[in-house]
Amino acid sequence: MCLGIPAKVIKIDDHLAIVEIGGARKEIGLLLVDDISVGDYVIVHAGYAINKINEKEAEETISLLRRLADEVYR
Amino acid sequence: MRFIDEFRESEYAKAIVDKIHYISRKNVKLMEVCGTHTVAIFKSGIRGLLPAAIKLISGPGCPVCVTPMTDIDKAIALARQKDVIFTTFGDMMRVPGSLGTLQKKKADEGLDIRIVYSPLDALKIARDNKDKKVAFFSAGFETTTPAIAATVFQAHMDGLSNFFILPVNKTVPPAIKALLDTAELGLDGFICPGHVSVLIGSNAYKFIAEKYKRSAVISGFEPVDILLSIYMLIKQIEEKDARVEIEYKRAVTPEGNKKAMGIMWDVFEPCDADWRGIGVIPESGLRLTKKYEMFDAVKHFGINVPAVEDKTSCNCGDILRGLKEPPECRLFGKVCTPENPVGPCMVSEEGSCSAYYRFGANG
Repeated sequence: MCLGIPAKVIKIDDHLAIVEIGGARKEIGLLLVDDISVGDYVIVHAGYAINKINEKEAEETISLLRRLADEVYR
Repeated sequence: MRFIDEFRESEYAKAIVDKIHYISRKNVKLMEVCGTHTVAIFKSGIRGLLPAAIKLISGPGCPVCVTPMTDIDKAIALARQKDVIFTTFGDMMRVPGSLGTLQKKKADEGLDIRIVYSPLDALKIARDNKDKKVAFFSAGFETTTPAIAATVFQAHMDGLSNFFILPVNKTVPPAIKALLDTAELGLDGFICPGHVSVLIGSNAYKFIAEKYKRSAVISGFEPVDILLSIYMLIKQIEEKDARVEIEYKRAVTPEGNKKAMGIMWDVFEPCDADWRGIGVIPESGLRLTKKYEMFDAVKHFGINVPAVEDKTSCNCGDILRGLKEPPECRLFGKVCTPENPVGPCMVSEEGSCSAYYRFGANG
């Protein structure tokens, strides 16, 4: 029930936004988040964005994964 | 898809599994609290990749599974009111109450019960049907409750007088406390729910390390996320360094989403709640605050259903608390199957019994 899906913000209209999820477009509510811009990625749950995805943190986790993989396969 | 595919790379998964095998010494018991994690773990076969010393057990983390019979009876009583359109998330349709399920009542009595994906859809139905009264079955943990709170807030702003909710929402930290107080469980660490934590933040779990000296890692939902979280937990446990860490850093912060939680605490306040199979956990439920009381469907319609004792002979209660595995219940796979579920753990796709039935012991 706590499924949340990463979606790209395409258009913002006050407290509503159009987002793209795997090619499909959907209208969602923005009432629970601040400072969202077109192009941001948000996590969508039950018709609302529940936060903005931190792209820098995502990159850092991926770097950590690469380091772990290098340690094992080296 | 971006932010998903990267966390499904088999090369990363294999490397972490190797690392886990390398550092694992002690016998440890870890619980994944969230039902969405349970499904991801079974679906990706993670249990079968771990050393025998690491035991994963599934917790109570599915709001559908822990909704007591009395609340289902209230939902049916509401759906039976004149001119009511009852709206609900799909999962709740098949949960048995003492009078049967919403799905069966819809079929047998022709009640107007509609499945919605979002509480916003229920609000739209209310706007489009001013001559009817629309009630929404408000179930969920902190991931979902702010979205429902925002919808109630919106209805209040719009002065909508034909929209109501049946609140059965619950909060996760009091349930984790109750599990930690169940001594016979002997848990060493928790894989904490990712999306609940987006809202409440990692600080909400400090008590796990500080008071109970147990480890906690907040995990994302892809297989690599979960494996990395298990690795972080084993590292903490082997180094005797119980802390609260975040693996799911791309979405979770220590403080959580303060704006969303502000809306949630404006609309709801804590109350004691009955968890199906577990019993009453103090301050683990939510009811509407005075300001939003007029949206309470039970009060508006004067619904009064008798409290019922759950007499089904299934072991969902012990399974929800991690005391038993699904095959230890004598109904599992025989009388109780996903097509014909007896207990709530088999009803919900995210219930431990359903996941175990569909994917097998090791996924």
